[in-house]
Amino acid sequence: MSKKEWPLWEVFIRSKQGLSHKHAGSLRAPDEEMAINNARDVYTRRSEGVSIWVVESKNVVASDPSEAGPMFEPANSKIYRHPTFYEVPEGIKHM
Amino acid sequence: MEKDNLEALDKNFQDKVDREIKIEPKDYMPDAYRKTLIRQISQHAHSEIVGQLPEANWVTRAPNLRRKAVLLAKIQDEAGHGLYLYSAVETLGADREDTIDDLHSGKAKYSSIFNYPTLTWADMGMVGWLVDGAAIMNQVPLCRCSYGPYARAMVRVCKEESFHQRQGFEIVTQLARGTQVQKEMAQESLNRWWWPSLMMFGPNDAESTHTAQSMAWKIKRNTNDELRQMFVDATVPQAELIGLKIPDKDLKFNEETGHYDFGEIDWDEFWQVVKGYGPCNDERVAARKKAKEDGMWVREAANVYAEKRARRNKKVS
Ligand SMILES: [Fe+2]
Ligand SMILES: [Fe+2]
Ligand SMILES: [Fe+2]
Repeated sequence: MSKKEWPLWEVFIRSKQGLSHKHAGSLRAPDEEMAINNARDVYTRRSEGVSIWVVESKNVVASDPSEAGPMFEPANSKIYRHPTFYEVPEGIKHM
Repeated sequence: MEKDNLEALDKNFQDKVDREIKIEPKDYMPDAYRKTLIRQISQHAHSEIVGQLPEANWVTRAPNLRRKAVLLAKIQDEAGHGLYLYSAVETLGADREDTIDDLHSGKAKYSSIFNYPTLTWADMGMVGWLVDGAAIMNQVPLCRCSYGPYARAMVRVCKEESFHQRQGFEIVTQLARGTQVQKEMAQESLNRWWWPSLMMFGPNDAESTHTAQSMAWKIKRNTNDELRQMFVDATVPQAELIGLKIPDKDLKFNEETGHYDFGEIDWDEFWQVVKGYGPCNDERVAARKKAKEDGMWVREAANVYAEKRARRNKKVS
């Protein structure tokens, strides 16, 4: 018996027009066409989607979670990027 | 890895779990945590898939088209549940086909409830009401499991399960309100399914070896006995309301505790079924093996077709 398994695909679903595609899960399928068909059967049986993207999992490049500290640290110290950093005089409206 | 380093990693892991920060696939996790999850999630996946078999037994004999469509939809959901769970196992580095082969060799278990036969149409009602009902009790707290992919799969599963229980209860209710023969059919079915449903929560807390560690890791949020009690408390009034009798002479509401006291489970029967000697163990595993073997040519052909198409597309472009 051949052991060649169907490749793994990541499934992204747009739940309605106006929203972005969001990761829904993964599945195995022999090609992109079957991946879309299977994704429809597995992840949209209750009208959860109006559009599906599938990406072969091996093509996803991810950041390293063990490097998350140094990777995202620079943003932590820059609180001036948030509006709450700034003082606005009492009585100022629409800002 | 150095020992000090490993200790620090383990401590950091437990800190995250204690602070309710989810563990994601590529994060550090202790080996034992990974192994426990692979065992638990794959066995959960097997239960969803094997659980299709007792219900498939009635598809062609459903009493009308509505019931048939509902039963098919439910069985299809269970296939989906299996798939979400196998996907979650794969995120832990386990090979999906290997876990399935473990089911076929008898190394991996699945919920013992599916080793009981579905003898009458009333059993379709009882499975939805009691078996899916017990599964929901077990699965709702798993939505908060510390492992992200398992928790997310459970959220989807739980959303879908609630229709399963309702359609079952609808079947049972209609039989219970039907003719004398229908009523007896419902009662006879309840008599067979009640105790095996209580066994679905596993051994008593005192006998349960993994509970303490699983709770510390926040894989589990409630003990077996807690969940079983919640199930009894929820289900007994439902049976009363439709005029069916729970087959337990020791069942009694305890005013002091506010819970139902109930009789002792036949643990010999439980262990017999777990060890493979239930009424349908051999049949269930044989059906799964046959499905994998008979479907092999389809999976191979799909692979060959995909390769051929990829080659042709390359030539065109
Ligand atoms: Fe399920
Ligand atoms: Fe389930
Ligand atoms: Fe279900």
